Amino acid sequence: MHLATYLGLLHGSLRTLADAFREVASGHGDEPDVRLTCHTLANRIDRQAEKLAPVVERYGEHREAEPERLHAAGLDSARGGGVGLLRDLQDLYALTSFTDITWTVVGQAAQGLRDTELIQVVHACEQDTARQLAWLKTRIKQSAPQALIVG
Amino acid sequence: MSVPLRSATLYSNGYPFPLLTSPGWAMPDREFRGSRAGYRHGMDRITEIWGARTPHARDTPWPERVDLQLADGLAESDVDSWVQSACVLCSNGCGCDIAVKDGRVVGVRGRAADVVNRGRLGPKGLFGSWQAHRTDRLTTPLIRRGGRLVETDWDTAMAEVVRRSQELLRESGPLSHGFYTSGQLFLEEYYTLGVIGKAGVGTPHMDGNTRLCTATAAAALKETFGSDGQPACYADVEACDALFLFGHNMAETQTVLWSRVLDRLEGPDRPLLVAVDPRRTKVAEAADVHLAPLPGTNLAFMNGLLRELVEHGWVDRDYVSAHTIGFDDLVATVEPYTPEHVAEICRVSPADLRRAAEIFGTSRRVLSTVLQGFYQSHQATAAACQVNNLHLLRGLIGEPGCGVLQMNGQPTAQNTRECGADGDLPGFRNWDNPAHVEELANLWNVDPLTIPHWAPPTHAMQIWRYAEQGSIRFLWISATNPAVSLPELSRIRSILSSDDLFVVAQDAFRTETTELADVVLPAAMWGEKQGTFTNASRVVHLSEQAVLPPGQARSDLDIFLDYAHRMGFRDRDGNPLITWKDPEGAFDAWRECSRGRPCDYTSLSYAELRGGSGIPWPHGQERLYTDNVFPTAAEECEDYGHDLLTGAGVTPEQYRAARPDGRAFLKALEHTPPPESPSAEYPFLCTTGRTAYHFHTRTKTGRSKPLRDAAPEPWVELSAADAAGLGVEEGDVVRVESARGGVEVPVRTGRCRDGVVFLPFHYGYWDSGSGEHDRAANELTLTEWDPVSKQPLFKISAVRITRKD
Ligand code: SF4
Repeated sequence: MHLATYLGLLHGSLRTLADAFREVASGHGDEPDVRLTCHTLANRIDRQAEKLAPVVERYGEHREAEPERLHAAGLDSARGGGVGLLRDLQDLYALTSFTDITWTVVGQAAQGLRDTELIQVVHACEQDTARQLAWLKTRIKQSAPQALIVG
Repeated sequence: MSVPLRSATLYSNGYPFPLLTSPGWAMPDREFRGSRAGYRHGMDRITEIWGARTPHARDTPWPERVDLQLADGLAESDVDSWVQSACVLCSNGCGCDIAVKDGRVVGVRGRAADVVNRGRLGPKGLFGSWQAHRTDRLTTPLIRRGGRLVETDWDTAMAEVVRRSQELLRESGPLSHGFYTSGQLFLEEYYTLGVIGKAGVGTPHMDGNTRLCTATAAAALKETFGSDGQPACYADVEACDALFLFGHNMAETQTVLWSRVLDRLEGPDRPLLVAVDPRRTKVAEAADVHLAPLPGTNLAFMNGLLRELVEHGWVDRDYVSAHTIGFDDLVATVEPYTPEHVAEICRVSPADLRRAAEIFGTSRRVLSTVLQGFYQSHQATAAACQVNNLHLLRGLIGEPGCGVLQMNGQPTAQNTRECGADGDLPGFRNWDNPAHVEELANLWNVDPLTIPHWAPPTHAMQIWRYAEQGSIRFLWISATNPAVSLPELSRIRSILSSDDLFVVAQDAFRTETTELADVVLPAAMWGEKQGTFTNASRVVHLSEQAVLPPGQARSDLDIFLDYAHRMGFRDRDGNPLITWKDPEGAFDAWRECSRGRPCDYTSLSYAELRGGSGIPWPHGQERLYTDNVFPTAAEECEDYGHDLLTGAGVTPEQYRAARPDGRAFLKALEHTPPPESPSAEYPFLCTTGRTAYHFHTRTKTGRSKPLRDAAPEPWVELSAADAAGLGVEEGDVVRVESARGGVEVPVRTGRCRDGVVFLPFHYGYWDSGSGEHDRAANELTLTEWDPVSKQPLFKISAVRITRKD
């Protein structure tokens, strides 16, 4: 069964994602809404990882040995300026999308296994991930014209 | 008697400014004596802020009481003419007549017929509205030459504005322009500015200082009911059985409305009063239950109240299922907020919370009001929405005595919101709805693409950020004083002083802001121009011109029209974009724009508004939602709403899928800790606010001698225990300081809860007589805002207090 591999992947990507949100928060401290929201979302991603932990334990987490194939690369450091902010938010969007689809994959398996606990975890976390994507999209749409035209 | 003068060394921005020498700037030669104030009732209205009581029973009309103030030595019979208006010193909009003698304003009298005040006026209306008229005014345009502001003529000033505007439009396009306006102009001026910005220049960067005072009211109404628009009316004070004031120090912010409440509290069938405020205000003293949640915990408190309602079955299930959506989510969200849990977070007594919930749950008619204690706090929109939710759970809306007043701060803030001079599109139209944008494009006869609607319009704090980063390079500030009113003033001063930013400031007085501008335009003020405005309960008043403006000052409308004319803004067919030339023409254009929208003004006209009382929109309707149908249909709503935690926008598709179709949204959210909390280094929480004698940054009220004498200098309020802990006494000067800056002010003890301190926000530097930046509360406030309303968090700054010896 490859579910354990996927749970490992998901668990790892949540950590990467939380770190990336924190990196953007501290790198864009002059954008208070970005800083605050990224922190709030990072904390909630930690909570997702906590919720997942008992399931991971149950199935036995399996870490993928080939990071370049299945692991999402994180964000090394935040970029500066208006365009830098835009790029960083886009990177967060890509990372979050990866987590989002991974939740979907895990959720499908949970349905197949009739694992009620996992189904509930997936349901709650998918909504939270949708919220992350929605915020990123809102903020990107707001920033794009200014950054690209007069930035 | 004179206003303390600005000295040449006052500003530490590097520009020493000469004093203005305008003729007749000094106080009117006829002085006031306190004893003559409000003489129809023989009372000193500086000490008797709310005047004489006229108690009455529930469901009986609020009795008339006419308040009057004239220049010393004048009697009513000496006045040449009385000119109809309403007071513009807070959002109450009390109807009044301006007394004119020999071409000058010499006093003011409340209008007995007006539904808003039945003749009453408060101290600011009596003394502040007119005494500044001939005091220290800006009478000629100024232009910066060699680093100094010097007097010039209109042609030179406007040519410079237009030159820079056109140059930047050619170089970088409309996104280089920002317009930052006010909550103190008239409807006609906002609408004209809105059309200029949105269809002429085509910039999304328009907002007002209403973002600081009323943005959360608008946001909460949109999130819950689909559109802005005050559900209740002031007559609900006469009909209610219980009254809840959430973060609303009404006794000081709208003194005449508080008189109205006092007249119920002292009459038969006294309504129960519940106050939610971290300070022991006059409202709290009069209350049956006073709850003082720690700043930054309002949402936890509200969730606790809602949970009690659900727990005790104080819910109208039929109403909820017929007229709302989201009940199950709301119940699940508030479930953890037991009274004990709330008590831990908010530091309030669980018994008091239970008692407050019982009053809400069991009183037949409940009226709630909400203001800055909620709006300028952490999780502002979410907390304000919970007040709407309380009413929806019990179906207490749209009936006499039942409803919500999501209050405004400034007198004409409602019009900034309606007319599109702030971020919103005119007529409560939805920027994300192509049909709404098309309507405006047809009305103005412009390409819909001219009207920026690709993202939510830029909010004030973001406009200032773009100016800081240098992508906005032309900033036109009208009728407001951001160098005192915005958070973190050292940052604002440095943005305004930047060489790259061209600043136009339009005002009636020299202010801390005009001193940093490149071009200063002298504006006419209330009584010197004509226009309409709308108060916090949707009541529209016409304010007529009583006298001529001083010197070369012009109405704000004329200034905007002049800019539009010089810029040559055209419609699709090459005709002038703006077709009106005077206030009434602008009003008529606005009526067309509002047609069919929730704020429909089509049945109002100048003729209709003359004589008698102010009239509420739409069509004189006292209350909204009497049929329990809310403007949430996808085609109608002003906004598709947001995630209350992050401010993420709801997409049109998601919105339609929820099928609101006239039902209200019960939106809920968990409490999260505020961004700043007390630490070892900064152990106190500081809140800021308005006080009874002053308005905004005191440009008017600080020039009225009785008001200035009543509260000449800022102070800090501490609890007695905190004062004792710090070893300071009443009157001792302390430094109150956050990580961003500080003020040096004397101590007043008593009204705050332990750990919380209060600073009035009115005081700046034009009359401080010192070159230091140590007087304005906003030196220490933080640059953070609510994710949905984008209203800054003035109420939560961690500070330390040290004694100055
Ligand atoms: S309550 Fe407000 S509008 Fe009425 S007189 Fe006082 S300041 Fe003016």
